[in-house]
Amino acid sequence: MTFPWLTTLIALPALGAVLTALVPTGRGTLAKQVATGFALLTLVVGALISIQYLFDVDMGVEPETYEWIPEFGASWALDLHGISLALVALTVLATPIVALSMWHEAEDEKRDPKAFFALLLVVEALTLTAFLSQDVLLFYVVFEAMLIPLYFMIGMYGGPQRRYAAVKFLLYNLVGGLAMLAAVIGLYVQSVEAGDPSFFLPDLVALDIDTTTQWWLFVGFMLAFAIKAPLWPFHTWLPDAAAEATPSNAAFLSGVADKVGTYGMIALVLPLFPDASRDAAPVIVVLAVVSIIYGALLAIGQTDMKRLIGYTSISHFGFIVLGIFALTGQAATGATFYMVNHGLSTIALFVVVGFLIRRRGSRQVDDFGGVQKPAPKLAGVFLFAGLSGLALPPLSTFLSEFLVISGTFLRYRPAAIVATLGIVLSALYILWLYQRTMTGPVRPAVEGMPDLRTREVAVVAPLLALLLVVGFFPKPLTDAIDEAVEPTLVEVGVDQPEPLAPVAEHAEEGTGR
Amino acid sequence: MNAPTIEYAELAPLITIFGAAVVGVLIEAFVPRKLRHPIQVGLALLALVAALVQVILLAGTGIVAAVGAVAVDGPALFLQGTILVLAIISVAFFAERKLEAGGDAFAPAASSLPGSEEERVLVRERMLQTEVYPLVLFAVGGMMLFPAANDLLMLFIALEVMSLPLYLLCGMARRRRLLSQEAALKYFLLGAFSSAIFLFGMAFVYGYAGTLRFGEISEALTANIGQDGILLAGVGLMAVGLLFKVGAVPFHSWTPDVYQGAPTPVTGFMAACTKLAAFGALVRLFYVAFGGLRTDWQPMLWAVAIATMLVGAVVALTQTDIKRMLAYSSIAHAGFVLTAMVAADSSATGAILFYLATYGIATLGAFAVVTLVRDSGGEATHLAKWAGLGRRSPVLAATFALFLLAFAGIPLTSGFVGKLTVFTAAVDGGAAPLVVVGVIASAVAAFFYVRVIVLMFFSDPAPEGPTVAVPSLWTAVGITLGAAATLLLGIVPGPLLDLAQQASMFVR
Repeated sequence: MTFPWLTTLIALPALGAVLTALVPTGRGTLAKQVATGFALLTLVVGALISIQYLFDVDMGVEPETYEWIPEFGASWALDLHGISLALVALTVLATPIVALSMWHEAEDEKRDPKAFFALLLVVEALTLTAFLSQDVLLFYVVFEAMLIPLYFMIGMYGGPQRRYAAVKFLLYNLVGGLAMLAAVIGLYVQSVEAGDPSFFLPDLVALDIDTTTQWWLFVGFMLAFAIKAPLWPFHTWLPDAAAEATPSNAAFLSGVADKVGTYGMIALVLPLFPDASRDAAPVIVVLAVVSIIYGALLAIGQTDMKRLIGYTSISHFGFIVLGIFALTGQAATGATFYMVNHGLSTIALFVVVGFLIRRRGSRQVDDFGGVQKPAPKLAGVFLFAGLSGLALPPLSTFLSEFLVISGTFLRYRPAAIVATLGIVLSALYILWLYQRTMTGPVRPAVEGMPDLRTREVAVVAPLLALLLVVGFFPKPLTDAIDEAVEPTLVEVGVDQPEPLAPVAEHAEEGTGR
Repeated sequence: MNAPTIEYAELAPLITIFGAAVVGVLIEAFVPRKLRHPIQVGLALLALVAALVQVILLAGTGIVAAVGAVAVDGPALFLQGTILVLAIISVAFFAERKLEAGGDAFAPAASSLPGSEEERVLVRERMLQTEVYPLVLFAVGGMMLFPAANDLLMLFIALEVMSLPLYLLCGMARRRRLLSQEAALKYFLLGAFSSAIFLFGMAFVYGYAGTLRFGEISEALTANIGQDGILLAGVGLMAVGLLFKVGAVPFHSWTPDVYQGAPTPVTGFMAACTKLAAFGALVRLFYVAFGGLRTDWQPMLWAVAIATMLVGAVVALTQTDIKRMLAYSSIAHAGFVLTAMVAADSSATGAILFYLATYGIATLGAFAVVTLVRDSGGEATHLAKWAGLGRRSPVLAATFALFLLAFAGIPLTSGFVGKLTVFTAAVDGGAAPLVVVGVIASAVAAFFYVRVIVLMFFSDPAPEGPTVAVPSLWTAVGITLGAAATLLLGIVPGPLLDLAQQASMFVR
């Protein structure tokens, strides 16, 4: 038997969580070190796995299937394809960074850091399982179970309104999750009626489900994912959670954990319910465009920096969903690529804002001003992170946004045009935020604000470096994504629109394998 | 005429329990007071364990014993085994003496007037009530017989044997005795009323079928055509009696008062085991005897299931007492079980068995945790007093949170797998709309479970909040086992699911 790489990848953070929780109370630093160590170890394993897919080196990574609940035909089935590869890479990269950035957050709230770090690793393990799962029941279980540690992370360590935000987060997502439960059961019963009870994704994809049933099941799944992602009008929990959770926690929540929602759309909803997806696509596209504009407009109006970034995430999630439901290869690749880049960029933004908030003791935009004089490096990374948020070339976010919009343009021209407005608005909210906080006369409270410390550099540097590197060399990743996206779209059975100009065809050949 | 044969070997678990209960009564009469407590506890545990071993040895049997009056088959044995396991843990909780200074959860003498001089003397002399143990054994015997009863008379006898000791047990709380006695009286009056209705229904069914045996009733359904009125009246009235016992809406009104007033160990025992026994009987009666009438009783149970889920979940939102909240949650859970029962599908019985077992374990554990959170007035059951418990004793609060998450049906707990099985059975049997209602009710229910978790973990402790008592080893082990089972059955439910599926065949 070959080495179970994928199970190891999940088991490492899970083991790390247990060991972190076992560290005696009062030895906070040791607990943090154990947790960060395991997060780094997971990163190493994740990197080894990625090599096989990105550079075609055989590392012996293979799909794994073990029996789990044979009575239901449910199994511990893991596999890695281009879409999940992108998100697994994001998760394993983000966790150690977030762990490092939340180093002092628990103590700031006068809480034991042990549980905070242990919960982070639990969420990492569950998120990885969701991205790797080839079994719908397993996916559902981790999709729901993930809410509980996140709920405790928001509720125990966040700001003054944390209880409200935590309960709102949990209830919103539970409602979506329960709707999905009904749909999961409905899907399973379809397989029972077809004579082969199974939760195995390829088996379920092979089922021939009639269109009406598909519609019902589609609604159940989409509701859960739209709340999780979050898509307008199911988004209202995110600004609260983003504002009240600690900055690092908010970074992990919207940067990584919420990607399970958009991942579910592209990896589960499209292949499982092709007819319903095709029929519903225009509706979802409209919701996505509304999200883009609405999130951006509200971000402009915010006075709370974390809430502002929360709204920018809603706008960006709109782009991702738009790319998925445009149902063109280019847009879908762009959307998947966007998930990674949005993760990096949002984490960078939240983390840098977290540095600011910790220094000043306030999250209000108005309490800052002229920060670039006392803390030029901090202002610099803030600007960099901000520019990645507004998708400035050559940062990686630019390429993904471009792919989404141009891919959408092939099918839904008006939607693509309106979505482009979102880019303009994003320049507005980012640059205005920068202007109000970093430039202008130095506020008395900001005077003497210390610049970046070594730990903080270690947190931000990899994020910014990745945004640049992936922006310049996207090919290995986009190729891997492309490979996985194609069969999904074939499953949906839509004709790929002809590229508008022959130039585009040359370009495709250029990026082809 | 031949003398009837009795299959003693197959009935051994029942005989053991009833025999031990009778011996327990004799011990009350003849053994000196000081020795009674250890002897009674030992006898009860011994009898329960012995019966459990006998049940396990009988596994795989499928016969009708005692001239057709008692079925010894998969569902009966599965439920009997589960009831015995839960009863063993319950007896350990009953015998807990470290929480009340020198006493247990029961009044020293049920007959002493609350607040009287006699009561004070008894408390001062640290008298212990030991009649509870034979009573529990009788109740357990009745509960084991109830899901196994295969004719109407035996069903009624089992119902009464199960209920009468419970009425008494409810009235025996050491603290807040008036509330406890009121609960017992309410339970008794309403229970007697429902028994009478049940008996009335039995008479109708007998009048229609001319027989008491379930199997023969089922045959009569196909033979006698054209007297449906009397039959349907009988079925409806019998359903009332059984739905009362499972706590389904609109026959649920006793549940919160009784759960609140009864001594908490008794509440846990009752909530877990009565529900198992009553659902076992309900399912056997409706599947075996009235299976041919399925299309007639399904609409009724649809309505009851919807009402039960919604009322249980919605009313629980307004509760401020933890025991009342758990009572309404138990009502909602009865509704979830009913969704599978309505489906009347081959997989339904297995799903119900699994659900009941996991629910019983979590319920028993949750009520045991309630007994540990105390202030000067005894158990601190008001929700506000639980604020900040997670900071004061994180392990206990985490355990309780685990039980609550299981009730809410969150994945990686047994409650999720239970919900998945019953909802799957329901969809499979064509009751998809019921599952939609169930999902809505689950979402509502999640709110009040989450509210308790918020209180425990995210709120600051109240200055004069309750303390968490250190229980005896027995109680600690009981709660730990419950929590471990709740978690384990959520992660690897396979073996128990398999057992429940294998045990789902009724004999006729």
